Amino acid sequence: MSMVEDAQVLPVTPKAQKRTNRPTSRGRLIFAKLARTPRFWVGTLTLLVIVLWALFGLAFYAYNATSQDVMSMNTAPTGNHWFGTDEIGGDIYAQTVVGLRKSLLIGFVVGPVSALLAGFIGALAGYLGGVWDRVIVWFIDLLLVLPALYILIMLYPLIKGGSWVIVMVYLAIFSWMILARVIRAQTSSLRDRDFVKAARFMGVKTSTIIRRHIIPNVSSLLIIDATLGVGAAILTETTLSYFGFGVQPPDVSLGTLLSSGTGAATTRPWLFIFPAAILVITVLATSLAGDALRDAVDPTSGANRD
Amino acid sequence: MIGFVVKRFVNYFILTAIATLLAYVLASLSLNPAQRYLGRNPQPSPEVVTSILNGLGVNPDIPVLERLWIWLSNLVTHGSLGITVDNQQVTDVIFARAGVSLRLLIIGSIIGAVLGVVFGVWGAVKQYRVSDQLVSYASFTVGATPTFVIGVVLMILATGLNGLTGHQLINFSGEYTAGLQGNFLVLFGDRINHLILPTITLSLTAAAGYSRYQRSAMLDVLSADYIRTARSKGMSRNSALVKHGVRIALIPMSTYFAYSFALLLTGATVVELVFSWHGMGEYLVHSVQQNDINGVAGSVMFASILVLIAGTLSEVVYAALDPRVRV
Repeated sequence: MSMVEDAQVLPVTPKAQKRTNRPTSRGRLIFAKLARTPRFWVGTLTLLVIVLWALFGLAFYAYNATSQDVMSMNTAPTGNHWFGTDEIGGDIYAQTVVGLRKSLLIGFVVGPVSALLAGFIGALAGYLGGVWDRVIVWFIDLLLVLPALYILIMLYPLIKGGSWVIVMVYLAIFSWMILARVIRAQTSSLRDRDFVKAARFMGVKTSTIIRRHIIPNVSSLLIIDATLGVGAAILTETTLSYFGFGVQPPDVSLGTLLSSGTGAATTRPWLFIFPAAILVITVLATSLAGDALRDAVDPTSGANRD
Repeated sequence: MIGFVVKRFVNYFILTAIATLLAYVLASLSLNPAQRYLGRNPQPSPEVVTSILNGLGVNPDIPVLERLWIWLSNLVTHGSLGITVDNQQVTDVIFARAGVSLRLLIIGSIIGAVLGVVFGVWGAVKQYRVSDQLVSYASFTVGATPTFVIGVVLMILATGLNGLTGHQLINFSGEYTAGLQGNFLVLFGDRINHLILPTITLSLTAAAGYSRYQRSAMLDVLSADYIRTARSKGMSRNSALVKHGVRIALIPMSTYFAYSFALLLTGATVVELVFSWHGMGEYLVHSVQQNDINGVAGSVMFASILVLIAGTLSEVVYAALDPRVRV
């Protein structure tokens, strides 16, 4: 008997023994998985570089977004004007950096804010259940019938001449619906768990239960969608601004920059290609990071298949 | 199955009807139809402006709900959506433009869905191989590119191609060449030629989203027990994947299609604007710019009807694929 037991015990080095004894937290597991995903590093490092570039890109540059160089108008990229100039001698590189700042700011505010909105509304619907649940879900479906872009275009006359902050608020108001439905489905399965019941029977207020017990349990979804939402918000903002319904001149965003560069896109491509490339790289970086997060958080993804 | 579809249709119908009415109210509140006339020089007298606005049924002094009621009763009794600021029936404008949008939407969504499903299934079956990585990165890149950028980049490429070959191989401005003479075949060929770039733009955008979703749906199915059962009873890998895998993985896709239809409409609107097609999406945008409340309401109603049809269609596909709802 003892021989069999001896035979089954594999030789274990003390170091490995120590590691198995330590309990592994969920956060550590997720981070270990993230660290092994190239997508995550590509996404976050690119995003970091872009943010730093938006902040310090003009520090050692001779021109700014409003300066006009009368000696070189309509020039292709040179050592002096890195991305070329437009028809009044404006510097495209400087304008791109300034536009990128605005687009990034809008993205980084709208993504998390709409995820938070989705979290609270979805959790409220799922937790309350019954009539409230049906009313909220019905309202969400109603908002989803028409494309958000249509609603934003219809609201445009109200923001004409207004600041870009209003555009940001509008974007946040109209981009939480789909995530809210996901959160609601998660919450309605959480609400019958023992820890939530215990809190309820102890007389904890509904708002406190949602804040302390529901939101933390759906937080991974919220973090993922806040990340993906950054890219989505930048896309919607640039599309709106491109057609003149978003950020209004004199404010510059990547969308307004692309809009003014389109007319000459086939003859003077530098007016369009550089801002467009920066935009695509930025959104791509956020979606790669968000996708890697989703893979790391979701235990069923990446399982061994057939 | 019919009962299920009818129930879903009624649900969608109520939602789209209310969305249209809300859009009318929203447009009435945000647009200022008088602005068009107040900017003229010499300025028309207030009586003239009021009578024009009354004629259009958009006088802001009448309560919104009352105007909505008149608009709605006109629609029900006369089948009229009111008149535009250019004194045309909105329904006539819609009939003239609907075909343009529908052509783009139908061809674009079919090509997009087929490409998306094929690439999604391919990516799932070849998970983590080079081809999967390529498809994934391609769909991420397309997904990260705004539709108008895809359109403009395609235009730049087509111009380059035309210049390189010395022929006008690909036409991309407008929906057809104005003033082109010839028989039916020539005109038809011209329309097809103009269709190429807009369709590629819309289907690429659609396919990028579909393929990501189809891939994850297919991955869920591949690890299921019934695939292993099918394999162990001697089914070949390919037929097990198609008969038991793809069919099941299409069920969540049919629901996703209904949700993503709004995205498709957005994409089609952008494509119409970029390639200067005179479709319904462009009409909405122009109506907003011209402060034309009836035009906005009409084009929103058109979009709502499309959403209703797409939603019902996806429920029919859902019911056809999933035997459980048919019982």
